[in-house]
Amino acid sequence: MDLKDWFASRQKRRENENSAPKPLPASDDVCALWKQCFQCREMLYVRDLRTNMSVCPKCKYHFRIGADERVDQLADENTFQELDANMTSSDPLGFVDVDSYSNKQKDAERKTGLKDAILTGLCKLNGKPLALGIMDFAYFGGSMGSVVGEKVTRLIEKAIENRMPVVIISSSGGARMQEGLISLMQLAKTSSALKSLADAKLLYISILCEPTFGGVTASFAMLGDVIIAEPGARIGFAGRRVIEETIRQKLPADFQTAEYLLKHGQVDMVVDRLKLKETIGNLMEFHQAPSPSDSSSSKKKHQDKVGSKS
Amino acid sequence: MAEKDKRPIPLEFEKPLELLRQQIERLKDQLSNQPELEGDVERLEEQYTRLQKSLYSNLKPLDHLAIARHPHRPYTRDYFDRWDPDWVELHGDRKGADDDAMVCGLLRLDNDMKVIAVGTQKGRSLRDKQQCNFGMPQPEGYRKALRVFKHADKFDLPVVTLIDTPGAYPGLTAEEHNQAEAIAVNLLELSGLRVPVVSIVTGEGGSGGALAIGVANRILMLEHSVYSVISPEGCASILWKTKDRAMEAAQAMRITAREILELGVIDGVIDEPLGGAHQNPDVTAATAKGVIIAQLRELKQLSGDDVRKDRQRKFRAIGAFKE
Repeated sequence: MDLKDWFASRQKRRENENSAPKPLPASDDVCALWKQCFQCREMLYVRDLRTNMSVCPKCKYHFRIGADERVDQLADENTFQELDANMTSSDPLGFVDVDSYSNKQKDAERKTGLKDAILTGLCKLNGKPLALGIMDFAYFGGSMGSVVGEKVTRLIEKAIENRMPVVIISSSGGARMQEGLISLMQLAKTSSALKSLADAKLLYISILCEPTFGGVTASFAMLGDVIIAEPGARIGFAGRRVIEETIRQKLPADFQTAEYLLKHGQVDMVVDRLKLKETIGNLMEFHQAPSPSDSSSSKKKHQDKVGSKS
Repeated sequence: MAEKDKRPIPLEFEKPLELLRQQIERLKDQLSNQPELEGDVERLEEQYTRLQKSLYSNLKPLDHLAIARHPHRPYTRDYFDRWDPDWVELHGDRKGADDDAMVCGLLRLDNDMKVIAVGTQKGRSLRDKQQCNFGMPQPEGYRKALRVFKHADKFDLPVVTLIDTPGAYPGLTAEEHNQAEAIAVNLLELSGLRVPVVSIVTGEGGSGGALAIGVANRILMLEHSVYSVISPEGCASILWKTKDRAMEAAQAMRITAREILELGVIDGVIDEPLGGAHQNPDVTAATAKGVIIAQLRELKQLSGDDVRKDRQRKFRAIGAFKE
């Protein structure tokens, strides 16, 4: 093996290791107690890393994390109620490449414990109700097929029904090829739902995490009233390799990073994961409609008052 | 567009036809010396038609793709010119650019049928192609389309869109100018229009770059056009790790008009002349125009709110999942 190949395969191995966030290791699993930072190569104690929200304490590298960990980080304790937990794709094309899509789905479920690439639910954040959607890159590269499209759309509809803000945390390679054109149509479905949310004058905060590309950026991820990116996250429409092949020139090193997007006016802010909850809470508070103009919420307040008296 | 230099360009699967055509031409050259060959010529011509019919009734997905990408395939401007020779073009996104890959205009399809028409445009000559960026719009192209959609909404005019693009342009400035946002905003705004929208995929429907002008009440596809979430080559290189497996990728993704009709994503397939739209652009344009007028007459019965609901319901219903 050529030395270059050896480095390339080592790099690939590292990337693979990193792409699948693992559950906390059992205490007897000594090797898994330590993790090396992908960026600064510092050895990190997994429990410390976890309490630091999977951000490297030394270099601030933001590790990719699963949807469950996100819920713990953002939702008030024990307030998250999952929606549509059992929805799975019905493989409309009977798609087969080197293996069948349905087999790959089963594999992915076994490896990640997820039924598809998004977790949605209602919760409270700093005591305020919120419709929360969290994509999980570990399942099929976070790709959007029927299930992601439907769950995002239902989440938005639920938010309109209950008049609450929506937060969606995106991490996705794009539309899911295995569901063909039906995946593509999910872009239109989710964007159309967001049109209704906008008409209802409800807040939508979109949070872009490493990585967010393709059909997801070209629909709900880029339609936030406020768009937040996590530091270092790579975000774009087309992938770097495709662009380099098309324009036949090297791209700048920081191309398509959160910071690059900020510089080019595409996101409102780049926010550290440790400050994310605080930032969202502040934005929700700021955009909350004054209660007298909103009859339903003032009624609810009134009821609460009555309740507290008795 | 000028109809010059239309020497036939046979496709890979048409090779047997091409051989036969050459044979017929050779015989025809000899006719003046040997009139007795007339019968042979006639027989060969019959055979030609039979062979063409049988080839065209057994097309594979990649054959459809080849016809959809045929260099003589009628493009958006060819349709606009035929539908209304006096159509008026609208230029520019009002923000600093005019993307030639996106063509917008005011057309009279019929005495009582004025429409706003928008379509992606591939170029014919090399210079043309470069000018139109091979039919791949920049974000500015989508924003130009959006401006025109809003114009249509304001003046209560129906929208017709023609889709023929390999996809949105994947380039450095395209990313810097936020290609993804340009597409996403179009999806959102199109879904909210209070005027009827009819889309026809006339050639290649390349992913998000196609959908960005395709959120319509009625979506139709020409018989040999294709529509897919990613190009077969792109899909093959990701899932099979080689572009050479595009054939399988095309088959697996179901990209042809008839297959997509079966999936329930589109509302109809428009027949093309035997041998593809490029064999007779006039007939193709006339058929397509007839279909559009019929669809718009139906949609015009609906109120603004209803036509918007009709469109939103259509996309709301697309998805294949179990619970």
